[in-house]
Amino acid sequence: MFKHFVSLQWKSFFRSSNLGKSIALKIIMGFFAVYMMVSFAGLGAALFFILKKLYPDVDPMLTLSGYMLYWVLIELFVRYFMQKLPVMDVRPMLINPIKKSSITHYILAKSGFSGYNFMALFMAVPFSIVLLAQGYPPLNVLVWLFAICCIVLTINYTNFIINKSDKVLIVLGTVILVLYALENFGVLPVKEFAGKVFYTLYENPILALIPLGLALGTYFVNYNFLRKKLYLDASLKKKTKKAVTSDLSWTKRFGDIAPFLQLDLKLIWRNKRTKMQVFISLAMILYGLIFYGMDAYGETSTIYLFVGIFMTGIFLSNFGQFIPAWDSEYYGMMMSQNIPLRKYLESKAGLIYVSVVVMFLLSIPYVYFGWEALAINFSSALYNLGVNVPVILYFGSFNKKRIDLTKSAIGNTQGISATQFLVMLPIMVIPCLFYFGLKMLVSFEVAISVLAIMGIIGFAFRKPLLDKVTEAYRKKKYGMIAGFKEQNS
Amino acid sequence: MITTQNLTKKYGSQLVLNIEHLDIPKGQSFGLVGNNGAGKTTFFSLMLDLIQPTTGQINNNNVQVNISEAWKPFTSSFIDESFLIGYLTPEEYFYFIGELRGQNKADVDALLANFEELFHGEILNQKKFLRDLSKGNQKKAGIVASFIGNPEVIILDEPFANLDPTTQIRLKAIIKNLAAKQGVTVLVSSHDLMHVTEVCERIVVLNRGEIVKDIQTSAETLKELENFFAGSPLSAEEE
Repeated sequence: MFKHFVSLQWKSFFRSSNLGKSIALKIIMGFFAVYMMVSFAGLGAALFFILKKLYPDVDPMLTLSGYMLYWVLIELFVRYFMQKLPVMDVRPMLINPIKKSSITHYILAKSGFSGYNFMALFMAVPFSIVLLAQGYPPLNVLVWLFAICCIVLTINYTNFIINKSDKVLIVLGTVILVLYALENFGVLPVKEFAGKVFYTLYENPILALIPLGLALGTYFVNYNFLRKKLYLDASLKKKTKKAVTSDLSWTKRFGDIAPFLQLDLKLIWRNKRTKMQVFISLAMILYGLIFYGMDAYGETSTIYLFVGIFMTGIFLSNFGQFIPAWDSEYYGMMMSQNIPLRKYLESKAGLIYVSVVVMFLLSIPYVYFGWEALAINFSSALYNLGVNVPVILYFGSFNKKRIDLTKSAIGNTQGISATQFLVMLPIMVIPCLFYFGLKMLVSFEVAISVLAIMGIIGFAFRKPLLDKVTEAYRKKKYGMIAGFKEQNS
Repeated sequence: MITTQNLTKKYGSQLVLNIEHLDIPKGQSFGLVGNNGAGKTTFFSLMLDLIQPTTGQINNNNVQVNISEAWKPFTSSFIDESFLIGYLTPEEYFYFIGELRGQNKADVDALLANFEELFHGEILNQKKFLRDLSKGNQKKAGIVASFIGNPEVIILDEPFANLDPTTQIRLKAIIKNLAAKQGVTVLVSSHDLMHVTEVCERIVVLNRGEIVKDIQTSAETLKELENFFAGSPLSAEEE
């Protein structure tokens, strides 16, 4: 029976429309995946020495053990967003002569091989190899590795027991924060305590039975739960959220674009992928810390301009590059309705303007790293407003790939084509080149002023620019309608 | 109202639609029937300027549809579920369409009140997004949305498919009323010969992209159509 399931899985993977994607994209994604794996593995291998260097007097294993409680909690927290029990694919099997118990085992076993489970192993395995090379007792190390596998599986199955309950998520988040705070303010030595627990696990191989028991236990809790609910109207039902409508009549003050603005706000808020974009954008405000935190660049390095453009323009590029594909599901309707294309685009531009301003305001604390940081972010924001908004809208007219809004947000490459890579060039690279050239030839002040002025000029001429963009959309209308109709692109 | 001249649509070398001349007068309820692939949806899509004609043109109230957009304010349509915005509730969708067609909330509410019977309590105030409604209810919402804003031309592709019998009967009455009493030109396509003969004053049969019959509906029409589709349409073409 399992053989059948596996062959189905195989086919569903290789015949999925994703595989029909352009080779170039696949190669890039492949590189990215390999890169991630290599960096994880590299980190795993280097971890021993890093820990050794940081805490020379402590056994690195003990230091690592101290962090393991956080790892478990954070992984549970993150998985809430990423992982879902793959129950939908089994619907066709229900009416066939297959025992429900084997279907259930199949679903659960399959989830055990999910990519998320391997992430920790990519670090743990190289780390263990280094441990062995360093002369740690093989039995302890290998059993420890086995225990890690069991803990990963426990996390995996616990996640399904949590089953997307927001309450548990909030509890988890609070627990993580509280533990961290207790630790930081010296109230409770969480790390030390957790470290002892996990180190004991390593010292006494027999204790690996506990994680094994937990993994099996959570598996069977899931099994019992799922086996009883393997009905179309129970666990196999798509969850429909209750529609919460909010009053958006305040958008009326924006005049003609109000209906589109309302539509866009609902689009962003009611769909996973777009909602995620908002969160990602907000989180990316921290991106600059990576660079500002290092002193290697000097106050006015071009990398900071890149950071400025990136931070203030993150929503611009994340959301903007898929205009109008966000509306692809009903683009035919939009085009046959009495819609002034211009207003439609104005509303999108308005949203992006707001996002740039918000991101700039959020970036103000970077002034801590010197007034140059603020100046760079300010001129980046202006440049984004004036130049990049029309540019990204214009490139939008090349979008022909459908985006299914109901699909999940993470690792979703729908709607991505060569355009998305091309558009990064003018948006991110060109201002950096300008800046670099002007700063070298003249001065830092002139460089940021020129970028700011370019932005202001672009903003002043936004109306004629938008007219041009509208024209481009009009010309490409039929191609877009046809492209957005293709379900499996 | 709608004049089609020398209209052809080719995909590669395949001719999918070829209409030399077709005139649909104002206030007519016009039915389009044909087998799968006969070109019904293609014709409607051309009428809505969703695809480009290879040759020829369609004039909607003297507006050439692929050149000017002036036909949009008085033309409305429902082709399929892709005309719905899945993440809106039905009410929000109706108001949105209303706004595009210059109707305020009160206007839309007044119109919707007429369709309470049709909605059968399953559309309004359900706190559900359109994407979570059943196919039939989605269709109802889409069709009713096409009535918003007093359009002069309404284009409905397969409006009866997926609807329950009660709704089919009610929808037929609504369409007849629109054409007869309000002078709206209603274009309907269907696979169901019975429905079309009941609703439409005039029926055009498309076969492989060509008009093979153009009938004013009478008592014999249904029989005539049934005979046509029962016999091999191929031989009819060869005649």
